[in-house]
Amino acid sequence: MARITLSNLAHSYFPHPRGEEDFALKTMDHVWEDGDAYALLGSSGCGKTTLLNIISGLRRPSQGRVLFGETDVTDAPTPARNIAQVFQFPVVYDTMTVRENLAFPLRNRGMKAAYIRARVDQIAAMIGMEAMLDRKARGLTADAKQKISLGRGMVREDVNAILFDEPLTVIDPHMKWELRTQLKQLHREFGHTMIYVTHDQTEALTFADKVVVMYDGRVVQMGTPEELFERPAHTFVGYFIGSPGMNLFEAEVAGPLARIGSHSLPLGADYGRPAGRVQIGIRPEFVQPTDGPGLPVAVTRIEDVGRHRILRATLEGRELSIVLPEGRPLPGPEARVTFRPDRIGVFADDWRLAPRALQRIA
Amino acid sequence: MDKTKDERAWFLVLPVLVLVAFSAILPLMTVVNYAFNDTFGNNDFFWVGFEWFEEVLTSERMHEALWRQLLFSGLILAIEIPLGIGVALTLPKRGLKASLCLVLLALPLLIPWNVVGTIWQVFSRIDIGLLGSGLRALGIDFNIGQNPLDAWIVLIVMDVWHWTSLVTLLAYAGLQSIPEAYYQAGRIDQASRWAVFRHIELPKMKGVLLIAVLLRFMDSFMIYTEPFVVTGGGPGSATSFLSIDLVKMAVGQFDLGPAAAFSLMYFLVILLVSWVFYTVMTSLDKAGKEPSE
Repeated sequence: MARITLSNLAHSYFPHPRGEEDFALKTMDHVWEDGDAYALLGSSGCGKTTLLNIISGLRRPSQGRVLFGETDVTDAPTPARNIAQVFQFPVVYDTMTVRENLAFPLRNRGMKAAYIRARVDQIAAMIGMEAMLDRKARGLTADAKQKISLGRGMVREDVNAILFDEPLTVIDPHMKWELRTQLKQLHREFGHTMIYVTHDQTEALTFADKVVVMYDGRVVQMGTPEELFERPAHTFVGYFIGSPGMNLFEAEVAGPLARIGSHSLPLGADYGRPAGRVQIGIRPEFVQPTDGPGLPVAVTRIEDVGRHRILRATLEGRELSIVLPEGRPLPGPEARVTFRPDRIGVFADDWRLAPRALQRIA
Repeated sequence: MDKTKDERAWFLVLPVLVLVAFSAILPLMTVVNYAFNDTFGNNDFFWVGFEWFEEVLTSERMHEALWRQLLFSGLILAIEIPLGIGVALTLPKRGLKASLCLVLLALPLLIPWNVVGTIWQVFSRIDIGLLGSGLRALGIDFNIGQNPLDAWIVLIVMDVWHWTSLVTLLAYAGLQSIPEAYYQAGRIDQASRWAVFRHIELPKMKGVLLIAVLLRFMDSFMIYTEPFVVTGGGPGSATSFLSIDLVKMAVGQFDLGPAAAFSLMYFLVILLVSWVFYTVMTSLDKAGKEPSE
């Protein structure tokens, strides 16, 4: 096992990239700590799989280096990296039995038969397939096949990392939950570094210690689920994480005040006069209907999702979502709302701004 | 919903029945007629029952032709199938080079059979043929008109040259249908090149390879034109395969009765082999889609 360092890494699918837009992965420097569970989250085409394939060696980056521990593996072929990867669609060797499938990576490395047998039994118990060990792998259901792929990934004890490329896409919803829980438990038991690619935020947030959000070939934020929720570093993180996502408004910011159209509201900190395209963001959880003074909104729709209700409204022609906890009275169609000032984020050209020193508020 | 019933609809099938009758059934019945009758001309026929069949089945000459035929088909399958797979594995997977290779490979398949025969006949002539005279110039006693072994070698090499491309194209199509993830998984699992072939490529090519074996077996089992042009069945009867022997019997000796009986059995054997292949293939398909518990 080892920690993984991506140093000055970038990748383009063009042989002679002309500009930044030709790069599927923009230049990045990251360190993935040994033994952590990471989720790589982002919408389709943002470069998640490219990054994963670079780590596993299925692709060579056009620029930069990949290090496992202190060793430079940029040019090392996949087999030399000793990595396990589970793919989106289950890959099993049809002509082999389940047992032979699980034993395959060990047999290829010339392990002793007795060890292989013991290890395969152990893995089969973990993925709950002891009863099927001597069946042919062909003709099994998709989730059974995917379990075999997972098992094959975990059968080697000394892998540097286990990579998952949207492994639960083809699995039934109830099995998804079970497999994800199993993965999490396996991670706790064995402490392998795990990197899990997904576009499903629930999957990412429940699986990972650290979530890496990617957008347009860039890692926009790497943090705990809590950090992503409370302090999104980029507007994409804001609206991609959370259900519904963060409300964003074009605004003029001057010091501790923001103006949305003809209304102004306090920001809880001084942001000076930021340049570029300025937006303020507030999570629906921190928008509260009020009887007192506030921003006038027009409620257009109410969705009851069980635990709470979601109000869809418009503010100055822009859509606004409000999460209303159970038991709160519903406001009328012409309501007023306040934003909790300490929960408002200010973004310039999509990136979060840090407030200026706090002395003016003190 | 009630279906309209009108027996006159059968007339719609009539044109095809007439066509098939004239193109297949009537000629076949003539052969059947000859197989069970004897004649001394004037269209006077005598019923002889299975006499011709017995004669053909017990004739030494037929047995020899059959064994030659099986040996030939077996040899070309043993060469063309592995060679075809081997070539398919080395072809580029995509791009301009791949298209170019495919076109080059398809060329032998487009040459008319008698032209292929003529090419090789000329090629192996001992007076002007590059191969024939070349080998003789090297001091090798090569002569397809005299040495049965030489004749066999030329025929087999010719068939391999002509038809390996077919196996290659089929195998290539099978390889192309393997998702990239399988190869990636193979690399992740540190599989050797042989293991990748044995456990990923071969199982996925099984379907197309069975078709290749069927096509090549049937074609070689019925081969006529090329050996007829190259060796004429000789030297002696060393390369008289079933078709060549049949034509000798029917046209050369004008033994229409035995030849007809022989044709029918030949036809039935081919039908039987095709049926066996078909059954094996469909049962393999089912095994692949067997529902899980």
